[in-house]
Amino acid sequence: MTDTRDDTVISIVGLTKRFNGRTVVDDVALEVRRGEIVGFLGPNGSGKTTTIRMICGLLKPDSGSGTCLGLDILTQSTLIKREVGYMTQRFSFYEDLTIRENLDFVARVYDLDDRQKRVAETIARLGLERRRDQLAGSLSGGWKQRLALAASVMHQPKLLLLDEPTAGVDPQARREFWDEIHRLAAEGLTVLVSTHYMDEAERCHRIVYIAYGRIVARGTVAEVIDRSGLSTIVVSGANVNRIAALVRGRDGVEQVAPFGNDLHVVGPDAALLKQAVDAAVAEVGGGVTAVPGATGLEDVFIRLMQQASVEDRAGNGRRP
Amino acid sequence: MNATSAFSFSRVLAMMIKEFIQLKRDRMTFAMILAIPVMQLVLFGYAINTDPKRLPTLVTSTENGPEVRAVITALATSRYFALQPGFVSEAEASRALVDGSAAYVISIPPGFGRDLARGLRPQLLIEADATDPSASANALAALPEILASALSTVLTGPLAAEAASASPVDLVIHRRFNPEGVTAYNIVPGLLGTILTMTTILMTALALTRERERGTLENLMATPATPLEIMIGKIVPYIGIGTVQVAIIIVCARVLFAVPMQGSLMLLIGITFLFIAANVTLGYTFSTIAKTQMQAMQMTFFWFLPSILLSGFMFPFRGMPDWAQTLGVVLPLTHYIRSVRGIMLKGSGPADLVGEIWPLAAFWLAVGTIALLRYRRTLD
Repeated sequence: MTDTRDDTVISIVGLTKRFNGRTVVDDVALEVRRGEIVGFLGPNGSGKTTTIRMICGLLKPDSGSGTCLGLDILTQSTLIKREVGYMTQRFSFYEDLTIRENLDFVARVYDLDDRQKRVAETIARLGLERRRDQLAGSLSGGWKQRLALAASVMHQPKLLLLDEPTAGVDPQARREFWDEIHRLAAEGLTVLVSTHYMDEAERCHRIVYIAYGRIVARGTVAEVIDRSGLSTIVVSGANVNRIAALVRGRDGVEQVAPFGNDLHVVGPDAALLKQAVDAAVAEVGGGVTAVPGATGLEDVFIRLMQQASVEDRAGNGRRP
Repeated sequence: MNATSAFSFSRVLAMMIKEFIQLKRDRMTFAMILAIPVMQLVLFGYAINTDPKRLPTLVTSTENGPEVRAVITALATSRYFALQPGFVSEAEASRALVDGSAAYVISIPPGFGRDLARGLRPQLLIEADATDPSASANALAALPEILASALSTVLTGPLAAEAASASPVDLVIHRRFNPEGVTAYNIVPGLLGTILTMTTILMTALALTRERERGTLENLMATPATPLEIMIGKIVPYIGIGTVQVAIIIVCARVLFAVPMQGSLMLLIGITFLFIAANVTLGYTFSTIAKTQMQAMQMTFFWFLPSILLSGFMFPFRGMPDWAQTLGVVLPLTHYIRSVRGIMLKGSGPADLVGEIWPLAAFWLAVGTIALLRYRRTLD
């Protein structure tokens, strides 16, 4: 990295959006550097989509400012649109056009040179040569998503915004999708991807967690887990259900979640947590083992969400 | 279990309640359901009159004796004819019939009073704009009676016998532009405009709402495409389709109904283009207002209804009360129908149709401006 300023792709501060008096995005600041894959996480309705739409000029912020690819997000959205690829949550290409016709449309809208060659290359890269004259509407969810991704990057954007791209897609297609994202990022594409899948968050270089319109955590996955200060004890054995009933609500215990045959007990204070679990184990009279475990991103997010919901002002009216 | 397979009123009720709630949520549909019957009632009840009165009438005459004045007074009091004060030249009268500003021209020959007094049964020429046979029929039918009673007051003394005879004047009626009074000559050109109104507005009204409903609009808006580019790109194909429709109707008008083509085909094509452009732009404006395809269709219907009723297509324009005529003047179909009838039946030229062309152009401009203002660059 030569000059850090040149590397900044998204730089926004104080971004706020209200719909009918309800603050949906509240004072959001975001910095994304070139080649980064940033995961944008948060529960449903937390303002992820709204923030992404403001970055690519589909919504006008009520306040805040910033740049995207060095262009002002408030005044230069037309120029931003040329350099940004945006993949919407719902498949938003034309189901009654064929794959080739869809790509051809996109190529024309972006005024691409060598249009036919670009379209043919894109189809080849997708491995869809034989199905190129098939209607996009007849593709499976996974293929639709691959087509949408290919169409979104055909004009070689510098920034790719993905809004919950893998909703309703099978695990293999999801894996391939993420491999493709990493390949594109390695070529210098910057990616901001919203998701609420934890395994996908872990595939990002960096994550930003937004709840009720406000950013509540950011950093690498390890940093976010670390900063949460949560400890986890994994209980396994025959009586985990009784343990679960016993520890729930005790001092030092915040989350009790069964994972298959195991029970994850999570709390902010390691000593208090161990005390509570040990007491419960003693009460059921053994038959279980309790060992310290790794705190997962999901545990952290559930905690962040609960904290944010307590802090969320009543007037804001957002429900989890 | 029996309860699940048998007819269940509870399930029917569930459907009914759901449908009603959805209907209630769709404000636009709800408004249309209430507005359309009211509009129909008002238009059919008050605006439509198949027996038009006070049709603009010009008189050409070289004399102004008591007999002539009696004829004019009688025509005026019959309420079928609205006589313009004074006399006009034959050229002016003919021009007025072609451009549609007069429905009748009454030509009183020189020596009318003298010949009448001598019992020579002078000719009285009535030229009627018969492009719409139903509009002129009643007035023409009433004419002999009107004249006879008018002249009976003038022809007194020895001439009273003359007045009592079947007709003291030789009434010559020229049904101009449609001498046989063929209804198809009137309907087919009108149909051209009506079909274009329905199809072009509907097709473009669905254009944006379809993208919105299918979720493709968001994608489109994230591309560098500007509102003007999108609007032109959406409108032009439908102008093309409208043109094909026009070609089909004109060919059918000739082949099936033998509707004459008196005027210039190029002029007709030019005005048709303007009319289609105005309509697709209106449809596009609906498209920017309606949230769903359903609403867009309703708005189209809401526009279509007064268009066919108030434009002079179905019912004589001059038969409508002033308020309805004012509404009718705003509609592009009114001006288009007048233009098409003018060109095909009367051979009207551009100069005759200026009064129809500029309202079409003004409408197009106004609606286009609204469409561009309405289209949002963002999803706000």
